[in-house]
Amino acid sequence: MSAYQRLKASFFSPSTRQKLLAFGSLVGLMIFFSMASPSFMQADNMVGILQATAVNGVLAIASTFVIITGGIDLSVGTLMTFCAVMAGVFLTYWGLPFYVGVAAAIFFGAFSGFVSGVLIAKLKIPPFIATLGMMLLLKGLSLVISGTKPIYFNDTPEFPSISQDSLIGYFLPDLPIPNAVLILFVVAVLSSLVLNKTVLGSYTFALGSNEEAVRLSGVNVDRWKIIIYSLGGAICGIAGLLIASRLNSAQPALGQGYELDAIAAVVIGGTSLSGGAGTILGTIIGAFIMSVLTNGLRIMSVAQEWQTVVTGVIIILAVYADILRKRK
Amino acid sequence: MTPLVSIQNLSKSFPGVRALNDCRFELLAGEVHALMGENGAGKSTLMKVLAGVYQKDEGEIRIDGQLVDIPNPRAAQALGIGIIHQELNLMNHRSVAQNIFIGREPRGRSGVFIDTQKMERDTRAIFERLHLDLDPRTLVGDLTVARQQMVEIAKALSFDSRVLIMDEPTAALNNAEIEDLFRIIRQLKSHGAGIVYISHKMDELKRISDRATVMRDGQYIATVPTATTSMETIISMMVGRALFESEGPMAPAMDHEVVLEVRHLNRGRTIKDVNFVVRKGEILGFAGLMGAGRTEVARAVFGADKVDSGEIRVRGEMVPIHSPADAVKRGIGYLSEDRKHFGLATGMDVESNIVLATMRRFLSLGFFLKRPVIRETAARFVKQLGIKTPSVSQKVALLSGGNQQKIVIAKWLVRDCEILFFDEPTRGIDVGAKSEIYKLLHALAEQGRAIVVISSELPEVLRLSHRILVMCEGRVTGEMPALGATQEQIMQLATQRESMANAVVH
Repeated sequence: MSAYQRLKASFFSPSTRQKLLAFGSLVGLMIFFSMASPSFMQADNMVGILQATAVNGVLAIASTFVIITGGIDLSVGTLMTFCAVMAGVFLTYWGLPFYVGVAAAIFFGAFSGFVSGVLIAKLKIPPFIATLGMMLLLKGLSLVISGTKPIYFNDTPEFPSISQDSLIGYFLPDLPIPNAVLILFVVAVLSSLVLNKTVLGSYTFALGSNEEAVRLSGVNVDRWKIIIYSLGGAICGIAGLLIASRLNSAQPALGQGYELDAIAAVVIGGTSLSGGAGTILGTIIGAFIMSVLTNGLRIMSVAQEWQTVVTGVIIILAVYADILRKRK
Repeated sequence: MTPLVSIQNLSKSFPGVRALNDCRFELLAGEVHALMGENGAGKSTLMKVLAGVYQKDEGEIRIDGQLVDIPNPRAAQALGIGIIHQELNLMNHRSVAQNIFIGREPRGRSGVFIDTQKMERDTRAIFERLHLDLDPRTLVGDLTVARQQMVEIAKALSFDSRVLIMDEPTAALNNAEIEDLFRIIRQLKSHGAGIVYISHKMDELKRISDRATVMRDGQYIATVPTATTSMETIISMMVGRALFESEGPMAPAMDHEVVLEVRHLNRGRTIKDVNFVVRKGEILGFAGLMGAGRTEVARAVFGADKVDSGEIRVRGEMVPIHSPADAVKRGIGYLSEDRKHFGLATGMDVESNIVLATMRRFLSLGFFLKRPVIRETAARFVKQLGIKTPSVSQKVALLSGGNQQKIVIAKWLVRDCEILFFDEPTRGIDVGAKSEIYKLLHALAEQGRAIVVISSELPEVLRLSHRILVMCEGRVTGEMPALGATQEQIMQLATQRESMANAVVH
């Protein structure tokens, strides 16, 4: 195959078409909203969209790993909150240094993912049920630990900078892109590398494609499942840091509902809920479609209730487009 | 000489079944050893124990005289035991190279990233050794069944196994591909590997194997040299009891009324211009290899899959069939090849399953179940078909495969279906139950029903049908009366491929 043919083949492969479709929709939406409202394309608003996408995008990346294995993780939203609360415990309650708080959030994320993984791989509890249980458990724990009150990070001045400062803006003053977006970008690139270039990624796809075949090939399926859920959990920890940093507080009541937005972004991005196929790039585009939609409708003064209706319709359309594509 | 593999006193039970009872097996280096027995004799179970898929309950396994423990497939690989499973175990979304190297992907210098290029290079080297023309980057899901089988073989060979177990490796291969496989087997043998070969094709065993071990009902029967033992002797050891034999192939019933007529049926690449008729009181056999499109035709006629074009006539009348509900309304029933997935609600009891397709007839006020009538009907069919169950309220999952199959048949008989498609009706059921199913099918035909039987076992097709239709790659490649037809004739038609040229490169 010549380089041109290979390029052409990859360009027209089904997964590429899905990405193009999703990307096309994103561009279409942006054109539509910029015509509908002049304030949409303004720099402030763009930064707002990027900022809003960061949390959901990182959560959606965590979900992408799990969904490609053919599983599901309903606990990503409340886990994010739990990690934020734990950062608060370490930093505000105990007054430990900044980096310890960051490490704690990621550690508790990974640990919770580990627990979900053990429930699923070892105790054979279906992912939907196991993570539903974890979702409620973590929500409850966050409320108990925080005494149902927000934990503020006033003693840790570095904390808000995780999300709100702009490292890019420091070097390029014309591009004040907040760190949250930079972090989303870094997480996405690393995740994409892991998914496509490493053994871990290879098993993620393989498990979703035919778990029995992987088991019969002598791979320790249980162990890898646990690792994948742990990785997902660790990424949720990063999302927890982002949201807590943006709000400069850990809000223990927040979180439930975020898992559905994350799953929606994954699905719009063309990852199959039956497992075996999916991309990080698709997920990121999916996450952007969700936040452009929310933002654009708000700018057009569409009522909150109707925004929700539109989001629902978009998800159904996206999945139907995927089914149409597969039928051909 | 110390045998390469020696298995002694091996037993293995599954809940409710004693799958292996005090089994023995011995494999020498440089030998091809055939493992023979009817379905359910325990051949695959024994080999799965050796390959670490199942754990033995009792007994010992020795490799090179050393007592070993094989707790999982990885341990088997480490001992140099490779297995090609009967069912294809591949990941359709992944490339050929990724499938072959799953579990031992080569890493680059950093130790973190997979060295995809090396993986593809190594895959190409294996294919060269096998004289196989296949791009390592192709997705497995895009390959034909035959080529997927070749990938499985390449995967097993890539382990440099000293013991290679092949469980029906030729089920989906044509003659040229089988020749290639045999060439590879001889090559491995000359390098001192021991090969266990499981197949139902007797002629193959004569050609390739040195010794044969016969099993029956989970027990060891005998080990004999293949060259000096007649096939009749081996078969009688395999069967070991009297079986129902119909009077051989039956004369075609040309004068009867045509009940079902299918014209110019097309569906993508799987069904290409298929035409056939079935007459009243006739059993039409569908022969062909795995993936030839026989199941697809049955599912299309039954309305389970959409067709691109074609017409279906029942008793001369054009009928639109868009769903299984339409088909059932016209008296067409389909008994799926996978009973557990499609045919039965195994968690429910016998009576519920028998009336599942006819529930509306057993309702009062259109809503409430008439239990007594259901029970009585179920009891009648249990008796008529000789279903062995303690009661009609027994859970179906607890019955044997043969009895489960009879319950599926009962379900369609309650519906009064005139046209019945049987897809692999005897797969996975034991020899005794098999002959009862044959008897039942003949009785149904005599009652005037039109029957289509899809079977991959040629002797079964020959023994059961009046007329035989052979398919290959979605096309009908031949049709003949069963009387006077031979296995060779059918095999030739079943492998008449359009794409022969690019199937294997020599």
